[in-house]
Parts: sequence; structure tokens; C-alpha cells
Amino acid sequence: MTHVATHDTAQHPIRLYLVVWGWLFVLSTCSYMVDYFHLQGHLRYSLILLFMVLKAGLIVAVFMHMAWERLALVYAILLPIGAVLVFVAIMVLESDYTLLSRTLHPGLL
Amino acid sequence: MVQISLRNEADEARQSAGLASIAADLSSDQRAFKNVSWGKAMMWIFLLSDTFVFSCFLISYMTARMSTTVPWPNPSEVFALEIGGTSFPLLLIAIMTFVLISSSGTMAMAVNYGYRRDRITTAALMLATAVLGAAFVGMQAFEWTKLIHEGVRPWENPWGAAQFGSSFFMITGFHGTHVTFGVIFLIAIARKVLRGDFDTGRRGFFTSRKGNYEAVEIMGLYWHFVDLVWVFIFAFFYLW
Repeated sequence: MTHVATHDTAQHPIRLYLVVWGWLFVLSTCSYMVDYFHLQGHLRYSLILLFMVLKAGLIVAVFMHMAWERLALVYAILLPIGAVLVFVAIMVLESDYTLLSRTLHPGLL
Repeated sequence: MVQISLRNEADEARQSAGLASIAADLSSDQRAFKNVSWGKAMMWIFLLSDTFVFSCFLISYMTARMSTTVPWPNPSEVFALEIGGTSFPLLLIAIMTFVLISSSGTMAMAVNYGYRRDRITTAALMLATAVLGAAFVGMQAFEWTKLIHEGVRPWENPWGAAQFGSSFFMITGFHGTHVTFGVIFLIAIARKVLRGDFDTGRRGFFTSRKGNYEAVEIMGLYWHFVDLVWVFIFAFFYLW
């Protein structure tokens, strides 16, 4: 951990960034293909999420140097994101309820 | 005695690993993020707050889309581009995505060359990033114009749920604004790099402080974040 904490990002070879750049291109093409080939249903949504998470991970870890950042900072930034997921869950329940009300009582809302 | 205990604490923070290192950092004296400069830590905290802003936009879009009984316009058709009689779904959006990813690539390399104190290459890569960012905003302006001509408004559109327009303008507008400000700051920092401010220790106009090449990395954090937000907008608004 000690050597990671003092890791000098200046020592990275340019090749690392080119490789990640290439992967981001490949992943973006893949997510575009999901739409191009009209994939539907669970396959479509899981592939969209998969490519999204992989791209976001590469950008944060390598381009933003999060992989070499001090652990205290990494957790201070990444843990609060969990609150967003909780918010998403709350609003999914809320939307379902609103949709149900609108379906049961058309014209009321 | 006090001296000794302080030194022990510092040693502890340096040597411990994993969760113990976080506990040691957060309970230590004066600063929590030991080897992180205040500039970088503050940029990260700003980006976290910005994450919440964009999350709120995307969540409100999700709520509108999930709760409406009116069909949602099909983004694949709405954002299709016709070239020579053939309709390509999401073509412009795909090009915008590749442009923004490329700008992130040039930015990452600019940061690396900055730490090697290669001022010309750093400034050139930053300006390339700015050009790609400006191209992105230009394409977004084209897209807005096209949609407005087709009758999309924040309160109505020809294809379905009214919230489509408000979500679209709010989310892409806020993102486009971030890109625009990013381009302006990229040019400002590139100018400093090119002039050699970080080599000669020239003081900043607003801050009267000497800067260093970490400014390029902090600028990069912001720029990669803008690219990161686009990844989520692309997935949730355009592909879903």
C-alpha cells in the first residue's frame, strides 16, 4: 500500500492511455451496436448497463488516476455515490405507484 | 512525550494498509488526504457535488419516463440522421460520443506530458482537447436546432410524452454548458503552460500564487468528468 500511495502517475507510459482510449472506442461501438441491431428486452438493458459501467470504470480508474489515489480519498468520493443508488430505488418505487394511480384512475391525474 | 506520540501517529498513517489506512488518515492530525494537494481534493469534492446535480436530472427523467401513461418517443428514431436516403439511428450521437472520448484521450496524455515538463506537447494536446470539445458543442447546437425545427419544446413534442423535451433540453443543456466552460478553462490553462508559467513560477493573475503542472491534472479531472457524465447520458437517455 505504501508504494501505491506514493505512486507517481508521471511515470506511466503513454501507451497505457492509448490502450484505454482504444478500449473506450471499442466499448462505445459495442453500445452503439446494441441500438443498431435493435436488441430488445433484458438483453438490451443489461448490455447497455454493462458497457456503461465498463466505460465509466476505465475513465475514473485510469484517466482520472483513481486507481493510484490514496484510499481515504477514493472512499470519500466513491461511497457517497451509494446515496444516489438509494435515491434511484426510492424514485423507482414512487414512479410505480404514480403509474398505478394514473392507470387505475384515468382522468384524475 | 507529545512529540513522540505525534511521530508515531504519522508513521502509523504511512505504514498501515487497506481500511486501517483510511481510519489512520481520517483520525490523524491536520489533514485527511495526506499526499493529495488541496487543489486536487477540492476538485474531487466539487465533482462529487456535480455528480449529485446530474444524478438528480437523470433520476427526475427516469421518474417522468416510468410514471407517464403516454408512450415515450423512441430516441433511436428521433435522433436518427438521414444520409443519402438511408436513415442511420443515433448517428450524430455516436459521432459526438467518439469525439468526446477522443478529447478525453488527448487530455490524459496532456497530463502525462505536463508532468514530464514538455510544455509544447502539453499545450498542443490541451488545445486539441479544446478543439474536440468545441466540435462536440457545435454538434449539440446542430442537434438542438434540428429538434426545435421538428417541433420539440420543453412542454410538447410531436411523438409522445411531453416530458421528453424538458428532460432532453435540461440534461443535454446542462452537460453542454459544462463542456463549454471546460473548453474556456482548457484554453486558459494551455496558455499558462505554453507561456511557461509553471516553469518560471509566474504568479497567477487572480490568485497571485505560483502554479505547477498539477493544474493540468486538475483540469483533466474536470474534463474526464464531463466525458464520464456523457457516458451515463448516452446510456440512459439515448440508448434506453
